Amino acid sequence: MPVYEINVNNKPYTVDVEATMPLLWVIRDFVGLKGTKFGCGIAQCGACTVHLDGNPIRSCSFPAAGAAGKKITTIEGISENIDHAVQKAWIELQVPQCGYCQSGQIMSAVALLKNKPTPTDADIDAAMQGNLCRCGTYKRVRSAIHRAAELAK
Amino acid sequence: MEKLASNINRRNFIKITGITGTGFILGLSVKGNDVGQIANLSEEAISYELTPYVVIEKSGVISIFNSKPEIGQGTFQSIPSLIAEELNLTLDQVTIKQTSGQKKFGPMQFAGGSMSVRSEYFLLRKVGASAREMLVLAASRQWNVPVEECYAQDVKVFHKPSGKSLGYGELAESASKLEVPKSPKLKDPKDFMLLGKNVQRPDVPLKVSGRAEFGIDAVVPGMVYASIEYCPVFGGKLVSYDDSAAKKMKGVLSVETCERIIGKYKYEVVAVIAENYWAAYQGRKGLKVKWDYKGNEKFNSVEYAKHLHELAKKDGVIDIDRGDFNKTFADAPVKVEAFYETPMVSHSPIEPMNCTASWYDGNKLELWVSTQVPADIVGSFAKAYGIPEENIKLNMFFNGGGFGRRLYNDYIHEAVQLTKKIGKPVKLIWSREDDTQQGPFRPMTFSDLKGGLSADGTLVAFQHKVIAPSLDASDKEGYDATKKDGTMTEGISEQKYEIANMKNMYVHADIHIPIVAWRAVTSTTLAFAQECFIDELAVKAKKDPMAFRLQMLTKESDTKNVLLKLKEVSNWDNPLPKGWGRGVAQYEFFAGLGGYVVEVSTKGTGVKIEKAYAVIDLGTVVNPDMVQAQVEGAMVMAITAAIKNGITFEKGQTVQTNYNNNPILRINEMPQIEVFILANGGPSIKGVGEPGLPPFAPALCNAIFAATGKRIRTLPFDINKV
Repeated sequence: MPVYEINVNNKPYTVDVEATMPLLWVIRDFVGLKGTKFGCGIAQCGACTVHLDGNPIRSCSFPAAGAAGKKITTIEGISENIDHAVQKAWIELQVPQCGYCQSGQIMSAVALLKNKPTPTDADIDAAMQGNLCRCGTYKRVRSAIHRAAELAK
Repeated sequence: MEKLASNINRRNFIKITGITGTGFILGLSVKGNDVGQIANLSEEAISYELTPYVVIEKSGVISIFNSKPEIGQGTFQSIPSLIAEELNLTLDQVTIKQTSGQKKFGPMQFAGGSMSVRSEYFLLRKVGASAREMLVLAASRQWNVPVEECYAQDVKVFHKPSGKSLGYGELAESASKLEVPKSPKLKDPKDFMLLGKNVQRPDVPLKVSGRAEFGIDAVVPGMVYASIEYCPVFGGKLVSYDDSAAKKMKGVLSVETCERIIGKYKYEVVAVIAENYWAAYQGRKGLKVKWDYKGNEKFNSVEYAKHLHELAKKDGVIDIDRGDFNKTFADAPVKVEAFYETPMVSHSPIEPMNCTASWYDGNKLELWVSTQVPADIVGSFAKAYGIPEENIKLNMFFNGGGFGRRLYNDYIHEAVQLTKKIGKPVKLIWSREDDTQQGPFRPMTFSDLKGGLSADGTLVAFQHKVIAPSLDASDKEGYDATKKDGTMTEGISEQKYEIANMKNMYVHADIHIPIVAWRAVTSTTLAFAQECFIDELAVKAKKDPMAFRLQMLTKESDTKNVLLKLKEVSNWDNPLPKGWGRGVAQYEFFAGLGGYVVEVSTKGTGVKIEKAYAVIDLGTVVNPDMVQAQVEGAMVMAITAAIKNGITFEKGQTVQTNYNNNPILRINEMPQIEVFILANGGPSIKGVGEPGLPPFAPALCNAIFAATGKRIRTLPFDINKV
């Protein structure tokens, strides 16, 4: 198996995996960070969303080989003390229910706010519709993104 | 935060049981029928007959045990709050620990039936109040002052006149030697700090930082991974398999068979064991499995629906027979008949089924799993594998969604059989395709409805005949189709409408596919048929649907209050913009009572859900914000079940495979919703998790009728092409 140098949350890791192994499983089972979740395996639910050089990707459908030499950010990498504006807004509005999809929701929201610091509802629809929530927290996800935009100002 | 996250793991549980000898433990005795009796357990060694919920260490550290699995419904906050409130503690002053099926915590360790708060509300408050009274009495004795002069606050007991105080930890030992008060005084609700308030949930920070641990996150030294190949056709049998190619694949260790046990069904299946999950999943592609479909490949949903229509011609088992339906219906000047159909649906929690299991020392079992039923697992697995209950250690995790799916232990049995076979800890993860295709599913129900109106438009005769496969018949062998089956007629005979002549019945249909409870169980489909039909009757009676319902509710009832509240908050009598329509529905069933007014607008060939007003009747509320969240979520689930695909079968196989063709609602489709809670206090408490679901689809379809004149009688339907 090929050996890859990958950078996750500003830390270098060397992993020995199949080139086609999805980045999701590299992160979870080889790097050992469990915050990124498996939901569907076909980029339909967004639970596995991470950032690759700052852009959100579905790590369940992204090959390990493609991550070599790139900077990956996972939910564990967005703040040390749970104080990113998105996290603060998520806590303030008590967004999660079961919480399983929320790492992915938050990674998509962080990326959205980076590109559009004051997103409209249409921006939120476009950026967040790839993230499914079976508990149905969408109303709060939307409110929390608007709130995070305020907090970040 | 880190501390909280790790509370759910095993190390901390061992630690806590280790310190109980020096602590003050108060719990509920579950000996015999004495479920409610509080016992002082401090003198006892940890015993499997007792249920300690509060542990106060001499150091002042206080632990409260949460006996209800956290599946997103908020028990990690609501349940410990019941105890903390009476001890005048806030949740940041305690460590919350999840119970994991230990016998001493009793049989109520499950999350289901919207039961958690209502079953524990008074019991756990009593636990907390007893502990408070004992701490206060201990302090008053130590100071030799009247107990009336002492009070508990801020983890201390104070003497009011002198201002002196002693910490709970300092008092724990002397308090533990006191008798447990027989009837401790519960706090006056006006003094509540936590109950009835929007207290933030302690699990939320964990869930926004990736630190919350779900079953799928369990790591056990030496574990291997498993992925299982199931027969694509329900009811097929394993004939043989060739694993030579699979075994040559990178990371694959072995191939084993095991049994999937779901209700009365047992399926022999083939598991690939590998060094990591991806290798195990890929390994399945290297398997050549020969199945005997045994004729089940002929099964399809279209033919099955025809079969249910045929069965609808038969009489069923009577659920209620009040007055004389046959005569009053025959005599009624206006007769209405309609037939409603609903689909099977999947639970599809985003965390796929998974379990990590370790069988060791020949007769010991350790499990790491997200589950709704910890108590049942310990009890039933001890029986199934012939080992004592104390040999089973269950490690509980947050559930990545439940919705009823994690009431069933098929995936846990699979993992246990595999670890037994290979002698290593095994982590089994179902793929999303396994989850979507293998069920178990919510059954479809078909409804044949008849209503007779008098000349003045009064509903005098009503009949709801349910035609459906049965949850009980799927659960165990020996189903008796001549006996009443309350689950399959859930709520249809218990609505508060005053209808003089009513004859409801159930016609049983066989099916070979495992079907189970889904959030709000059979009410999710029966409410659709029943409350849409009530609307049809209102239209035939030329009455406003809200007024028609209220006219059948002359007596005071919670149902009437829900409808009146809906009427008020939705401004029911105010005209809507042109092209809009509004609909109402309510449903009361075992879990509770809720109702909706839904407003829709027409948009091209379809309709748009503009706004939903929800009312949930609770009696007493522990966390209003959490209740709102539950109803918001229930509505989302109800919309998905009403307008998305559902589960269908062709050639014996599930047609849908994953979220691409078994979609769930997305954020861009989320309508506005406002939730109103009726909570006037009092001892009658209704459930939260489920009642927000059943009345949504009928309110939506009634609104669509009001807007378009089109009556929807079959779910799912395409909201863009009504």
